[in-house]
Amino acid sequence: MAAAPPNDIRDEELLAAVIADLIGNARHVAVGNASPVPATAALLAHARGGGRPYVSLLGSRRQFFTDGGVELFDCAGQGRIDVFFLSGGQIDGEGNINLVSIGDYYHPTTRFPGSFGAGYLYYVVPKVILFRTEHSRRTLVPRVDFISAPGVSPANVYRTGGPFCLITNRCLFGFDRNRRRFHLASVHPGHDVAEVIEHTDFEFDLPDHVPVTRAPDPESLRLMREVVAPELAEVYPKFAADVFGVGRAA
Amino acid sequence: MAQIRTLDAALDAISDGTMLAVPREQSGVAMEATRALIRRGIKNLHLVAVPTSTLQADLLIGTGSVAVLETSAVSLGELGPAPRFTAAVKAGTIAMKDATCPAIHAALQAAEKGIPFMPLRGLIGSDLLKHRPDWRVVDNPFGSDDPVVLLPAIKPDVTLFHAGMVDAEGNVWIGRQRDLLTLAHAATTTIVTVETVTDRNLLDDPALAAGTLPGFYVEAVAVAPRGAWPLSLPEHYAADAVHLAEYARLAATAEGFNKYLDMFVHGRRAA
Repeated sequence: MAAAPPNDIRDEELLAAVIADLIGNARHVAVGNASPVPATAALLAHARGGGRPYVSLLGSRRQFFTDGGVELFDCAGQGRIDVFFLSGGQIDGEGNINLVSIGDYYHPTTRFPGSFGAGYLYYVVPKVILFRTEHSRRTLVPRVDFISAPGVSPANVYRTGGPFCLITNRCLFGFDRNRRRFHLASVHPGHDVAEVIEHTDFEFDLPDHVPVTRAPDPESLRLMREVVAPELAEVYPKFAADVFGVGRAA
Repeated sequence: MAQIRTLDAALDAISDGTMLAVPREQSGVAMEATRALIRRGIKNLHLVAVPTSTLQADLLIGTGSVAVLETSAVSLGELGPAPRFTAAVKAGTIAMKDATCPAIHAALQAAEKGIPFMPLRGLIGSDLLKHRPDWRVVDNPFGSDDPVVLLPAIKPDVTLFHAGMVDAEGNVWIGRQRDLLTLAHAATTTIVTVETVTDRNLLDDPALAAGTLPGFYVEAVAVAPRGAWPLSLPEHYAADAVHLAEYARLAATAEGFNKYLDMFVHGRRAA
């Protein structure tokens, strides 16, 4: 069992810091609606990068778009968005994501909201980071019931993007597009490999040595709490209050 | 050219079976008009939610007003799933045309340009494509071995939305919500509800004209103060979060949903 995270670092802070590292030296990161942890990560990357990457937070004032909802997709289609975040009610071992339903499509047992932009963005954004906090055999399945967007495509299908990794509440998986498989890249502090295997219903590559996910350094924590959190409160007031205490009575 | 009418008169172009296009929540949703349509007992709508919807679609579906739903997603945002939409899909009482956001935009752009279809990248290998017999895959005629999806134009009978203001010529101020231009250009008829009527001509000032839908495209306008309530109207007012949470709670059951309708849809008629 790896050591538990220090008591004063919250899970959301750990995940956001890991995602900020994964964003790397991107030019433009876009974050969809209802994605507070990826939004925290993108703003942290921005704060650490001295203004780079440019961050577009959908549903907020922090976006330059003046050509309506279509502009995000036009931007992505031209390669002007480097990083985006997607999730799924189900995600399988080949990186297929399901945002539609479980069971027969015409008589589903569970219906999700729908595919949003995934049926396009998964193909054209170079680095798609899959984010799913519920790491369970219910969500990480051998085969999704409905493919909103496939993890990989045949060679003749135009595809400049796709899955880069999958981060959950327990671990980080990297995705190998040639092998069409995930590999376990690191396990978060307080979790272990046996637990990841127990709660994952798809097959993945398991290296001999799996490192512990690096906890955020003090400067990243400071930036998240002092710089990112107040800005986050515009779009995610409840999240900013619950995680960072923003807006709580002084 | 647009005429300013009462809300009920403005909605006359919408009848049973209409293909009705409505914008996403942040672009200005005509909620007062939606409640008026429900009070009329509208049925069999082919609702095109561009490209997603929240409370508006859930209300229309819950009241049995929708036969076909064409959209990329319906939810209540941070409040979770849209309960009447979820129940209707599981019960099989609405026909779904599941899409992805840019596909809805592109198909409206085809109608806007008067062309029969629009190509779009992505989609190949998805089950969205598998369940859309109206979408085709062709080989790019300008390339080789390059499959690409073609989407037939979406030409709505009526586009309906809510905006900040209209002038005496029927020009509608939409600001940066440019989805509304495409929606109006693509549809046969456009109906708009607005907060207020302005004395000045919106097309006289270039700064305003760039954010204006010309009245040429607009069939009817009705004044409906706070007409997006309980949703937000950007630059005007925020969403009524307390009311929306109450909706999410009540609409979780059919009985609760009917109670909501009694209180906030049918009940408001007398108000």
